[in-house]
Amino acid sequence: MLIPHPLLGPRDAQEFTYLGDASLLNRPDGLAEGALDAFNRHVYLRDNPAGVHRELWFHEQGDRSWLVVTRNTLTHEILGAELARDVALAQKGGAK
Amino acid sequence: MRFSGFRVLKEALTGHHGWKPLWRNPEPQPAYDYVIVGGGGGGLSTAYHLAKVFQGKRIAVLEKGWLGSGNIGRNTTIIRSNYLLPGNEPFYEFSMKLWENMEQEFNFNAMVSQRGILNLIHTDGQRDAYRRRGNAMLLAGADAELLDREQVRTMYPWLNFDNARFPIKGGLLQRRAGTARHDGVAWGYARGADLLGVDIIQNCEVTGFRIEAGKVLGVETTRGYIGAKKVGVAVAGSSSRVMQMAGLRLPIESHVLQAFVSEGLKPVVDGVITFGAGHFYVSQSDKGGLVFGGDIDGYNSYAQRGNLPVIEEVAEGGLALMPAIGRARLLRVWGGIMDMSMDGSPIIDRTPVDGLYFNGGWCYGGFKATPASGYCFAHLLATDRPHETARFMRLDRFERGYVIDEKGMGAQPNLH
Repeated sequence: MLIPHPLLGPRDAQEFTYLGDASLLNRPDGLAEGALDAFNRHVYLRDNPAGVHRELWFHEQGDRSWLVVTRNTLTHEILGAELARDVALAQKGGAK
Repeated sequence: MRFSGFRVLKEALTGHHGWKPLWRNPEPQPAYDYVIVGGGGGGLSTAYHLAKVFQGKRIAVLEKGWLGSGNIGRNTTIIRSNYLLPGNEPFYEFSMKLWENMEQEFNFNAMVSQRGILNLIHTDGQRDAYRRRGNAMLLAGADAELLDREQVRTMYPWLNFDNARFPIKGGLLQRRAGTARHDGVAWGYARGADLLGVDIIQNCEVTGFRIEAGKVLGVETTRGYIGAKKVGVAVAGSSSRVMQMAGLRLPIESHVLQAFVSEGLKPVVDGVITFGAGHFYVSQSDKGGLVFGGDIDGYNSYAQRGNLPVIEEVAEGGLALMPAIGRARLLRVWGGIMDMSMDGSPIIDRTPVDGLYFNGGWCYGGFKATPASGYCFAHLLATDRPHETARFMRLDRFERGYVIDEKGMGAQPNLH
């Protein structure tokens, strides 16, 4: 599999390590109401879709950036890759 | 129809015209007491034990494709009970005991062969860990022997004992472990269940659950609605997809694991050898092919096929351990979808939906569990209480902090 790194161009997936579902970026607020339940869902429960999946890959043997890769779990086709930083900032409501 | 030596002789002398199909192909009834979703090893074993041990009546097994077309037909056939943790080891030893008697019990040749499994040791730390594991196995009633380097050399003189990185220093041997004919296991349970009146309905995909007021009433299928008092789901790699139809999110990711077989060779590996440090394990089939494998590919997948980097890695592991196989050719590579749970251990439990039960999260170790998985799931379905050996395999154990994490890897399925 080749991952289209937004800064470095196509890179072999072997240079990366895999973490899992990109929802791991959304760490719950530990002080909020119902935090225990929110953390259970965050740490342990997964959508695990058959089809398009957004997931975190770490360019460990490259520039050590975290990417959010969009990939089809039925075909292994990679549909795109973004810097996880950009995704996280966009989720927080725009770059700071 | 019972199999016996006399029967084989009689059929041989009369032109083999008397053999009948091993199971019926019934039309689905409008309703059953128990509907088992998934006609693989787990589902068939569940139906068999439900009918045989717990005298369940009106049982159906619904299978999307053909019987045994999932992981029961795609694994590397190893049976063993060499686990460490008290939440796991008694269960796997219970399974091992069922393996030892299953062929007589269901009158079918599953080619169970207790040829022994050897886990190789390379360091003092690993020896300590395996000694502890061996003791845990003995405490649960299993067998275990710690071997030194020379004892391993007597068994397998052609292993690479002086590998610079991983020299072999000994091994943990479980003699009662071994292999079984995986398809034979599925067929044996299917035939046994069928003889006890279980309807095995193939090409019948479950497309939804009918749930009212938090209670399951039946399942929607491609062959119409089927009512059920209780529904048990045992669908391995498809667990998340099926349970999602009941509104549940599971602590499971689906990953692909590849397996390999070489061309047929003269007998050389008479047991099972695992080279954990090199991510490689091997046994030899009765046809002579080396059956081997390694780790999962490591990313979510439903593709039933993996990628080349893992093939290379497994081949490297094999060659490091057994340089003699360097010229053997690889015959086939295939993949199966593993329901990797968040702690690497399985789940056999009720769900928040009344009447809906779940069996899954077997990771890459479901085959050895086939008998006990079915027995314990049948126990749960019939009595609404967990079987004694499966009482830790709860769905809510993650939330409660009672994970069964053999490897101590945390909630990271691709590391289990």
